[in-house]
Amino acid sequence: MLEQIDLSTVNWARAQFALTAMYHWLFVPLTLGLTFLCAFFETIYVKTGKEEWKELTKFWMKLFGINFAIGVATGIILEFEFGTNWANYSWMVGDIFGAPLAIEGIVAFFLEATFFAVMFFGWNRVSKGFHLLSTWMVAIGSNLSALWILVANGWMQFPTGMAFNPDTARFEMQNFFDVVLSPYAISKFTHATTSGFALSSFFVIAISSYYLARRRHVKMAKRSIAVASVFGLIASLMVAFTGDEAAFIDGKHQPMKLAAMEGLWDGQKNAPVVAFGIVNGMKEPGDFQDPFVVEFKIPGLLSLLANRQAGSFVPGINDLVFGNKDYNITGVTDMIKKGKRAVKYLAEYKAAKKAGDLTKASNALALFNQYKDFLGYGHLDSPKEAVPPVSITFYSFHIMAAVGTGMIIIFLLYLFFTAKGTIERNTWLYPIGILFFVLAYIAGEAGWVVAEVGRQPWAIQGLLPVKVARTDIAPVNVKLTFFMFLITFTLLLIAEVKIMLKQIQIGPKEVK
Amino acid sequence: MIGSLDLATLQKLWWLLGSVVGSLFLFLTFVQGGQTLIWQLGKNETEKSLIINSIGRKWELTFTTLVLFGGALFAAFPKFYATSFGGAYWVWIAILFTFIVQAVSFEYRKKPENLFGPTVYEAFLFINGVVGILLIGTAVGTFFTGSNFVLNEYNLVKWTTPWRGLEAAQNIFNVSLGIFLVLNARVLGALYLLNNIDFSGMDAFKTRTRNAVLSNFVASLPFLLIVLIGLLTMDGFNIDPATGIVSMMPFKYLKNLIEMPIVLIILLTGLGLVIFAVYSARFQNKDSGIWFAGLGTVLVGLAVFFTAGYNHTPFYPSKADLQSSLTIFNASSSHYTLTAMTYVALIIPVVLAYIAYVWKQMDSKKLKAQELEGPEASENY
Ligand code: HDD
Ligand code: HEM
Ligand code: HEM
Repeated sequence: MLEQIDLSTVNWARAQFALTAMYHWLFVPLTLGLTFLCAFFETIYVKTGKEEWKELTKFWMKLFGINFAIGVATGIILEFEFGTNWANYSWMVGDIFGAPLAIEGIVAFFLEATFFAVMFFGWNRVSKGFHLLSTWMVAIGSNLSALWILVANGWMQFPTGMAFNPDTARFEMQNFFDVVLSPYAISKFTHATTSGFALSSFFVIAISSYYLARRRHVKMAKRSIAVASVFGLIASLMVAFTGDEAAFIDGKHQPMKLAAMEGLWDGQKNAPVVAFGIVNGMKEPGDFQDPFVVEFKIPGLLSLLANRQAGSFVPGINDLVFGNKDYNITGVTDMIKKGKRAVKYLAEYKAAKKAGDLTKASNALALFNQYKDFLGYGHLDSPKEAVPPVSITFYSFHIMAAVGTGMIIIFLLYLFFTAKGTIERNTWLYPIGILFFVLAYIAGEAGWVVAEVGRQPWAIQGLLPVKVARTDIAPVNVKLTFFMFLITFTLLLIAEVKIMLKQIQIGPKEVK
Repeated sequence: MIGSLDLATLQKLWWLLGSVVGSLFLFLTFVQGGQTLIWQLGKNETEKSLIINSIGRKWELTFTTLVLFGGALFAAFPKFYATSFGGAYWVWIAILFTFIVQAVSFEYRKKPENLFGPTVYEAFLFINGVVGILLIGTAVGTFFTGSNFVLNEYNLVKWTTPWRGLEAAQNIFNVSLGIFLVLNARVLGALYLLNNIDFSGMDAFKTRTRNAVLSNFVASLPFLLIVLIGLLTMDGFNIDPATGIVSMMPFKYLKNLIEMPIVLIILLTGLGLVIFAVYSARFQNKDSGIWFAGLGTVLVGLAVFFTAGYNHTPFYPSKADLQSSLTIFNASSSHYTLTAMTYVALIIPVVLAYIAYVWKQMDSKKLKAQELEGPEASENY
């Protein structure tokens, strides 16, 4: 299918996707949560009729607007990047993958775009009730857009509801509901949105803590913290719960990713979770090196996490690469052999069809069908290729989980002191609140690294490796656009942060 | 009902839906047109501010329509998505860039500490209005003049020039279409401002805006002529319905218009509406021209897309290898996906309805200079 593969195009395309996606994820989680927080604030304003709540709402909305503009700017690139950098991907899975993207446009982006203008410029143009409705619509719209893009991403992690069509050489959708309601779609949506809510709550808490420390806008800051700490606490509990669910389905459908997340090379019963460890980066499949330089284990926990069953067997990287008869695991080595046959018979089928030799074509097709499930593996050259970068996946996962646990405690503390009415006296908490805002960002980005790096080399798990998914283009083009995006987004980010800091410094309008 | 539609009907239906979204986008480029008029029409800060705030309340809508256009093509015609975006790489990247810088400019232009200062953000808006629309027009031009690609037996694209799409700018037809769209966007922009701004006490500003409608329209005429004459006389790409083989045919697009008279009527009505709008704005002092010119632009857009895709015409033809050309039949998604998407599309009227409702609510009062001053000033663009 691909005669010579120029790896550097793939790697630049991957780097570019990672760059743009990670930039997008700097702004998206804040949108997801801050819109809801604004909707809460405005609801309180409409219910109580107090001007102070209106000014408070307007203040957070202004910060949201600054963030939103650049979120949109980074989003449009991602959408078109599937075409520009992953053209083969776009054709081969477009039949399934395109639909959620289009639906996102129809049902989500227009809600945001339409009501956004009311939210900002409608205060004196529409009724109070309609304005409130508009704010809610923006919140719902932005979270709907998360839903559809995560359906798309979930499908890449766990492709279902489709079949390969040898005539068009692409995958075609068979069941829309399998795609939309896949366990990955649900897990991704709940986990990613709630993590956005938690991050946004820290945004509000961090800025409010700064005001409290400076003794400015004290009333407004305390009110903001009260709402944000409740929202954040609920969200962070959900984050932990849905994160556990995400790891569980990884165990079922992406065992290689789970093994990399925990640095588990040799499968075992009663498998441990490594609470803390330093990974031996030199280790390769089949060798006898120690996986860790230092480690601190909690025995049995991984078996529980992956299978919900104490003492159960969790396969390690070696089992998945070389196979394990005892547990009925087919290794990558085997799958590559079968995959090569699938590739070969597909080519024979194509050639016979072109030559008009129908018997030969139908024979080749029958053989292809025996092996078609392994088609993706046919493009791998060595079993080692099927192992994702273990250290990156391991560390990213552990950072995320640590922050996730920590943030529950911090929200609890903020809520506790707010309820007791002593939040103003507990100044020691403020720097921690601000720190956790930064940590929440790190955790979120780390989460995406787990999800995406952990499934390498696949663009579509098990079906389509990244090197096949790419566009046929000279690397210099992709390299150039990589740097164009890097420079543009970085400059815009600097502008955004400066504007944001200035607005925070100006602060909300005080109502006398 | 939808479940029983056959594949060919669905393919035609989705070309229709794509055409509608694309044509609505062309109407909504009044935002981009307005962006290029800021310096020409706004002679002081108040006037500039009025222009920016007037079109600025609609920029998201235009932007999102472009995003939806991309998404709808991805879902319905993934082979086009793969071939054009992956193939004509640099054209699309350049277009995208102008939209990145647009997205932040309204919001950041007047905010303190914005790194670049207002002039740079205004320049970004200008670039988006000129370069972005010009290149979109050039790209649409290749629907008629063809591109340089070959598809292999797995339908994967290979582009045959290192210019990756920029070579389309060598073609006078493509570029003229682009320039025409830029000037038409400026006509629409000026008409929109006339309708949206309360000009009381600013007669000179209003006259300038009225004059801009006419002058940009007149400037666009030569390019419109090149496009029309080119379209009616050029050899076009034709699919033999019996064999599916693509070949060149003299006067192909003229034939399309004659064989689909309804499309010809749509085209002429559209052009007529634009002319009427310009006339009424400039010579009858009417402020409602945007609606006529807007509808006219949509109709012209529809006619262009219909001519490109219907009547046995490949909508994304390849000059390098005629048989690689994309038609609405070989580039589409499967029957299943198109059916599912058609169910989803049933929601589009609801979306259009709430957009129209909000638009009316927001624009029932014209934008006044006073709104942009005073204590609330910092809440505006
Ligand atoms: C504030 C951010 C944040 C926090 C504190 C956590 N997560 Fe997370 N996590 C994300 C933000 C995130 C994310 C950015 O939203 C990801 C990336 C992909 C996705 O769907 O969500 C993600 C992905 C992700 C994945 C990969 C899913 C896949 O394979 O696609 C797993 C297994 C977990 N998370 C598990 C956890 C656990 C056990 C946590 C402990 C409490 C946790 N996450 C906290
Ligand atoms: C916004 C949050 C996201 C982040 C931070 C993120 C992160 C990443 C990273 C780090 C990579 C590079 C992996 C590597 O090359 O080792 C990557 C690749 C990729 N991601 Fe994501 N991703 C995000 C969302 C998505 C979504 C929602 C989709 C699909 C709908 C997606 C599709 C892809 C594709 C196609 C690639 C390239 C192929 C690959 O390298 O696997 N990503 N992403
Ligand atoms: C590869 C994956 C992605 C693509 C192609 C993509 C595409 C886009 C596009 C085109 C926009 C601008 C829409 C407009 O016109 O308003 C956008 C904005 C947005 N996207 Fe993404 N997106 C991706 C990943 C994500 C993820 C993972 C999420 C959430 C979980 C998300 C949530 C949002 C939200 C909330 C917005 C609103 C603007 C903002 O504040 O950032 N997107 N995206």
